[in-house]
Amino acid sequence: MSEIAGKLFSWVNDRLPIVNTFERHLSKHPVPSKVNFWYLFGALASVVLIIQIVSGIWLIMPYSNTEEEAFSSIEYIMRDVDYGWVIRYIHTTGASMFFAVVYLHMFRGLLYGSYQKPKELVWIFGCTIYLAMMAEGFLGYVLPYGQMSYWGAQVIISLFGAIPYIGESLELWVRGDYYISGITVSRFFALHVVALPLVLIALVFLHLVALHEVGAGNPEGVDIEEFLDDDGVPLDSVPFFPYKVLNALVGIGVFMTVFAIIMFFFPEGGGYFIEMANFQEANPLVTPDHIAPVWYYAPFFTMLRAVPDPLGGLIVMGSAVAIFFVVPWLDRSNVASIRYKGIYSKIALVLFGVSFLTLGYLGTVGVTEVRKTMSVICTVIYFAFFLLMPVYTKYEKTKQVPKRL
Amino acid sequence: MQDKDKTRRKFLIGLTRAEGLSGVPFAATPFIAAWNPSAKAKAAGAPVKLDVSKMQFGQQIQVSWRKQPVFIIRHTKESLASLELSLPKLADPNSDLISEPYKGLFPTRSKSSEYSVMSGVCTHLGCAPKYFPEVEPKSWDATWSGGFFCPCHGSMFDIVGRVFKGVPAPTNLIVPPHMFEGSILTIGEDKEL
Repeated sequence: MSEIAGKLFSWVNDRLPIVNTFERHLSKHPVPSKVNFWYLFGALASVVLIIQIVSGIWLIMPYSNTEEEAFSSIEYIMRDVDYGWVIRYIHTTGASMFFAVVYLHMFRGLLYGSYQKPKELVWIFGCTIYLAMMAEGFLGYVLPYGQMSYWGAQVIISLFGAIPYIGESLELWVRGDYYISGITVSRFFALHVVALPLVLIALVFLHLVALHEVGAGNPEGVDIEEFLDDDGVPLDSVPFFPYKVLNALVGIGVFMTVFAIIMFFFPEGGGYFIEMANFQEANPLVTPDHIAPVWYYAPFFTMLRAVPDPLGGLIVMGSAVAIFFVVPWLDRSNVASIRYKGIYSKIALVLFGVSFLTLGYLGTVGVTEVRKTMSVICTVIYFAFFLLMPVYTKYEKTKQVPKRL
Repeated sequence: MQDKDKTRRKFLIGLTRAEGLSGVPFAATPFIAAWNPSAKAKAAGAPVKLDVSKMQFGQQIQVSWRKQPVFIIRHTKESLASLELSLPKLADPNSDLISEPYKGLFPTRSKSSEYSVMSGVCTHLGCAPKYFPEVEPKSWDATWSGGFFCPCHGSMFDIVGRVFKGVPAPTNLIVPPHMFEGSILTIGEDKEL
């Protein structure tokens, strides 16, 4: 019996590069021998992607994408479908956790220079994934057609209206109606469940292929390709299996525990993961008293409203995301890791982190004079981190990076 | 291959490419056009009519036109007289920045000397500003003399929807096309316009 199975396998393997691909990209793929917990978030992001795809497919089944039934079909999922509430909360918690791990993953990139030559493309694909995720998250948030779905979408779609000349007709074209109606919801549904997931999966594939071509980084910023053994494998590397896999499993275990605690005990995340106003059906005539974005858009939302002009706000917000793409060319340092960079880089990264978190906080609370000033200051720091990077990374004293890991 | 043939081949490739590309707009048309408002959506966006004679003085009502809030206010003589008070705070008191259909006709900005008709969509990012007619200090403005306050981003407007200086909203609230036939107000259509 096993002989037949073996023959069948080799028949297939002669026609499809199973063993080769498996060994090259999984079992024997060399990864740096010393990394820390910051290097887990990529793996966690792919776990959440799978969670989102599976729970999403199950949510499509009972969901109805019409103006009349969208909101009630969510309540139907929550109350009448067996375990429907679990599936929905997996998906909503997954959305927040996706952004959480991706933000940490991106911060890791800034911390250890994961964008530096030759990893520019890995970084750019990653930034594109983040952009696609922001769109995907926004589209998904509109689908329950609650108050916050409606008014959040109203704010975001109005951003198109800020574009000169074509703005208003573009807005109408995106909505397909004079307000955010069932027509809008159903096209967002199509984009959310088919178009963008395809884009995301393709981008993740490219992100990984590009990463495997140039090799993963490490917290020391050591180029492990410098010292190879006789087979051409880096001396400071270990095979992906079992070292990286078992390592990641521990991380995944911890992550799943956190995930389950949020999902079962705090699915609304205190109004940050699912906003309270979204438990009311959309009403185009009544704006909720306090419109705040979900936490993962909050920093950019704060920048948007810090500028007293919609077009200016749109440009600032767009640039805040777009500037990530050029980071590989802004960093002029001769070392990759923050461990060997100079004091300016360290101060800049701390200031950046603090301003990003402050912007996030400000986006979830109401506007006052003091907070307005604070958001302007933090926006300036945010951009200064990037725009001054060519200067402070070039003219600072860096430490000598060791040859071996 | 001779140079003459190369040039010929280059030309033919270019021609084929151009022909192929010329098909792209045709192929894209249905996909782009399908996102326009459908005939059904357009029909649902037809004008609305209502009788405004039953409104009390100082009262604000909201009607829905194209599912968007439209504010109608029946002003008192005092409140119209007090419009002068907010003048120094206004960014664009004469609506020069927008194309206003009934500019300079009445202080109400509408086709009536008594009623204001304006879109209840904040010109910043489309929230619905709230009506606070009372003249009293507010948390957002200590010298509040009545008007609209947007809860989303803090934009302020006076009682006829003119925007204040230094707020996120760039322009006054839009006055939609409308007409009065006696006390019947039609929003979304003006036969004289």
